[in-house]
Amino acid sequence: MLQDKRIFNRDTQDKLLLAAIWGSAAITILFLLWVVWHILSNGLAYVSWEFITSAYTRIGEASGIWAMIVSTIYMVGLSLGIAAPIGIMTAIYLTEYAKPGSKIVKTIRFCTESLAGIPSIVYGLFGMTFFVTTLGLGFSILAGSLTLAMLILPVLIRTTEEALLAVPMSYREGGYALGSSKIYTIYRLILPSAMPGIVTSVILSIGRVIGESAPVFLTAGMVTQIPQSVLDSGRTLTVHLYKLTQELFTQHEWDQAYATATVLIVLVLILNLATKFIATRINKAS
Amino acid sequence: MNKFEVSNLNLFYGDNHALKDISLKIPSRQVTALIGPSGCGKSTLLRTLNRMNDLVEGVKITGDVKFDGEDIYGNVDVKQLRMRVGMVFQKPNPFPMSIYENVAFGLKAQGLKDKRKLDAVVEESLRSAALWDEVKDRLNSAAFGLSGGQQQRLCIARAISMQPEVILMDEPTSALDPIATHKIEELMDELRKKFTIVIVTHSMNQAKRISDKTAFFWMGKLIEHGETSQVFNQPNDKRTQGYVSGEFG
Repeated sequence: MLQDKRIFNRDTQDKLLLAAIWGSAAITILFLLWVVWHILSNGLAYVSWEFITSAYTRIGEASGIWAMIVSTIYMVGLSLGIAAPIGIMTAIYLTEYAKPGSKIVKTIRFCTESLAGIPSIVYGLFGMTFFVTTLGLGFSILAGSLTLAMLILPVLIRTTEEALLAVPMSYREGGYALGSSKIYTIYRLILPSAMPGIVTSVILSIGRVIGESAPVFLTAGMVTQIPQSVLDSGRTLTVHLYKLTQELFTQHEWDQAYATATVLIVLVLILNLATKFIATRINKAS
Repeated sequence: MNKFEVSNLNLFYGDNHALKDISLKIPSRQVTALIGPSGCGKSTLLRTLNRMNDLVEGVKITGDVKFDGEDIYGNVDVKQLRMRVGMVFQKPNPFPMSIYENVAFGLKAQGLKDKRKLDAVVEESLRSAALWDEVKDRLNSAAFGLSGGQQQRLCIARAISMQPEVILMDEPTSALDPIATHKIEELMDELRKKFTIVIVTHSMNQAKRISDKTAFFWMGKLIEHGETSQVFNQPNDKRTQGYVSGEFG
């Protein structure tokens, strides 16, 4: 009898646990769909070709966000262009070259972990003082990108390191046992094997760059024109959305805010797909 | 003719004295089996022959290892050495790429780009590893799609592609089923004609079946070394006797 009762309990426990797992997954997906649906249903109607490609005007119906889209893409491209190579190469140094557990590895790891926890507006303040003023870059795409590059670097290094550490030691042994050089083995065998993890980390960084507002307007400003060079100021979509929500007086402004949010979501999606596409191409080429 | 001459070799992993005063001659174009209980140093010795121990932190080596009369721990290019002394590992370790790319990897790393030459070497290597007929129609599919035994033969083909003089095998069949093991043993019987083979094995039957010479290790020491038939049938040392008869180990 006792045996039976215990089996019964085990069974109910299993079912409850299973229900909790399914329930959590369902709630997560439902919320995600809800948020996306909320934005799209309120914004999609106001997204038109004209809205996307027109210049921004504070008054009038013909206002658009083309300058913000361009600024956002510049910002993503430039900050990742700076941070990704440095981050990936630092991670390669840490996993493949530095002595494991040595002082320098521990120091760099401590620094990256601490830096990852600093609120982004602190980076903004630093960027505004150092890049904008001291280096004299002014409020510019370049100053903003450098600031965002610093912001995403710690996470980029850490996640790339994890991806490299997950590559089995047997690949390295196999490569070296054939008489391949260390550099060749890293670039042709270890890095491609770690590529899915690195791509994920780059995608997360893109999301971070697009998502930030405070450190961006503190360093890149808010000018609503298309930047002609990296030394011009520019307003990213997120900063634009932030500005719009500061002054929601008319229905038209609400509509613009939702339409901007819609474009943001679609842009993030496109950039993620593009990154994956590029990564598969790189993988095939090697 | 001896391919390797190891004399008074001592190896330390930090404080751990893993190989104690080993002296051993490994003859050319024969199969030498290294046997002994786990942790006796046989794999460690194998890995000194192509300097794979260099990858381990804190290794110290004294004594010398001569390969064709040249001290490999002297002023020698490790990459060159590893091209001449290939290695097959315990667990098949195909790279995450196609069958073709696996076999071509080593040559591409040396800068060979000529597609026709690469094609020829890949085919020849796969034929030598008795794998060509099984994979010739799917050279461009992933190596992970192969069975364990096929993967191990692919790794052998990959080692052969560099046209080494020696192939080191570190328990190459311990992760394989008996049928796959049998195929690899048959293959080794072919390979001994062209290559010097040094194999670490836990299976005494395997050592008996495939090797010409056997070396028995015990707690970091080389206890006995000689013709396989002698080591198994008339061992000179009691510990060898105990191990080969299955009393311990």
